[in-house]
Amino acid sequence: MSGSALDPKTAPVFPMAARAAMKDGQLRRNVRHATDMIQAKRARVVAEMPDWQELREAGKQIRQHTMENLDFYLEEFEANCTRAGGVVHWARDAAEAQQIIVGLVKASRSDEVIKIKSMTTEEIQLNSALEAAGIHPYETDLAELIIQLGHDQPSHIVVPALHKNRQQIREIFRREMNLPKLGERPEDLADAARIFLREKFLRVKTGVSGANFLIAETGGVCIVESEGNGRMCLTLPETLITVAGIDKVVPRFADLEVLFQLLPRSATGERMNPYNSIWTGVNASDGPRAFHVVLMDNARTEILADAEGRQTLNCIRCGACQNACPVYRQTGGHAYGSVYAGPIGAILTPQLQEMHHAQSLPYASSLCGACYEVCPVKINIPEVLIHLRNKVVKQNGPLNIEALAMKTMGMIFLSEQRFRAAQRMGRMAEAPLVRRDEKGAGWIGWLPGMLGGWTKARDLQEMPQETFRDWWEKRGTHGS
Amino acid sequence: MHWNTGYQSEALPLVKRFVEQFRGAETAVVPSSSCVAMMRDHYPKMAAEIGDAALIAEVSQLLPRVFEFSEFLTKRLGLEDVGAYYPHRVTYHASCHGLRNLGLGDGPVRLLKAVRGIDLVELDGLEQCCGFGGTFAVKNADVSSAMLEEKISTVLGTGAEVCTACDNSCLMHIQGALHRQKTGVKTLHLAEILAADEGAGL
Ligand code: SF4
Repeated sequence: MSGSALDPKTAPVFPMAARAAMKDGQLRRNVRHATDMIQAKRARVVAEMPDWQELREAGKQIRQHTMENLDFYLEEFEANCTRAGGVVHWARDAAEAQQIIVGLVKASRSDEVIKIKSMTTEEIQLNSALEAAGIHPYETDLAELIIQLGHDQPSHIVVPALHKNRQQIREIFRREMNLPKLGERPEDLADAARIFLREKFLRVKTGVSGANFLIAETGGVCIVESEGNGRMCLTLPETLITVAGIDKVVPRFADLEVLFQLLPRSATGERMNPYNSIWTGVNASDGPRAFHVVLMDNARTEILADAEGRQTLNCIRCGACQNACPVYRQTGGHAYGSVYAGPIGAILTPQLQEMHHAQSLPYASSLCGACYEVCPVKINIPEVLIHLRNKVVKQNGPLNIEALAMKTMGMIFLSEQRFRAAQRMGRMAEAPLVRRDEKGAGWIGWLPGMLGGWTKARDLQEMPQETFRDWWEKRGTHGS
Repeated sequence: MHWNTGYQSEALPLVKRFVEQFRGAETAVVPSSSCVAMMRDHYPKMAAEIGDAALIAEVSQLLPRVFEFSEFLTKRLGLEDVGAYYPHRVTYHASCHGLRNLGLGDGPVRLLKAVRGIDLVELDGLEQCCGFGGTFAVKNADVSSAMLEEKISTVLGTGAEVCTACDNSCLMHIQGALHRQKTGVKTLHLAEILAADEGAGL
């Protein structure tokens, strides 16, 4: 996979990208292995919670309530964060957020930054914007570091390098860190990363982070992580800049009680994250001297305005839906053409693009419901997918083959007479395509046009000579 | 199909049609879990969308009388043993909508276990989708086929002669690949197995 950013505006449609991705056997094995492992861990720690379903409901209520009162909680956060010594900035879109952050980094007199893993910065392609301004960003999360050094793109929102295995990671480190003798034990790789990063932690004066949660009641910002690199970025630099979507706010400190149970279990199958950091403004005796929060909209208000799409914003970015999704598990993340892959990506990306791009994503699902089942805040992803399909159909208008076929079938289903006539016509139309097998049964092995997708790997049995209706009527309605 | 593909306005009249057809029925038994899921999950919303108060009322009266086939036997009639005889090795595929939307649980398996002579083998990855998904099978044919391929290999792994399910659309999909690959394994709807007796040559 190339290093060019995952951009929904230029990405190929999902079926094409998926076909290409599925040719990479190594990628598929890596994705399968990693998602299997995380799913098994998640299942174990979820099973030990007797009140898991109640917790999910509580999580959903918290998020829903927040979205319904988002304006209030955002202003509350701004007031409390400011009171604690933070500076709050508002960004309408990705370009504005980039501009503000670049300006803040320059004002901190630094030409490099250390970064905590953040999907929001990936969403706005912050690294390219920083580089274009002559600022060097260093990713400090192990997986993000692998992505950055490998000139790659994240394929999962929690485990961005999930598509790489250990041997591939060793190769990247050997090449990019100039360590020809590097071993391949997990310790070897971790040591190499540690040595590489420690020097950056001690040198670089400006840090950039995302946020898991913004706490309105206190003005605090919260990050949960596994490696401790985040804690370093939050404490060592003199200037800390946090960028967060406006959807990240939660009303009260106490809400974390619910979210801290749901998130780690769903994300990595851990009971608790090893590092849970909450910082509120600046403190004269410790930590960064200057603290900025960039609150970014980037189409979120648009999503909020749509009553049926709104629940998308409840997402706490745990990635459980990605691990559970049979489509994601076949293709990996890059095929979704966005840093948000899998089921959450299929609903979030088109909406972030205000339905102008990524229209193939709502169809990248068999609607099996595995995502909804695992979602810790009960986002009904299949329902949102169908809602977005509706929008796509409206955009495409009535004059295309699929719309006409749907219209015709709709008419047929509405009348028994037409339905029976269609069955007779269907039998006539299929006749030239039907081949008999050794048992005399009729099968279709080739279909034209769009329907050819079916017959690539599947046969289709011919329509039965006697329909259920025929059989039922012959049999009489009152027993045989 | 219309609703799930995004053709909302084409789907709405079908709700009316359904009510007209079935309003007189004491019970409607549906041999397809995805159809029942569609009705339960979406018909109330669709009726509300049409905004016809009489239709909304009729839908809410009719829906409790609509049963998926296995559900009708196990939940409505309280049956497990229906007196069937089917001396073959069989595996059961739990369709997504039956499993997740309807919560059929082990109902179908209990019905199968009670069949005389049957050799029922559990399918690995029971909760995995077969990759059908309506128009998904055509729009995303490659991914759908890859999902199907996994399902087929687990079916073959059981050594079953027959794969059964409560949903004809999944069965049509699975059967398509079983036939293409000349596996000799066939698919039967659960009802066909429960209807089998000594005289039937299924
Ligand atoms: S949609 Fe739900 S399961 Fe998926 S990442 Fe968001 S919170 Fe997690």
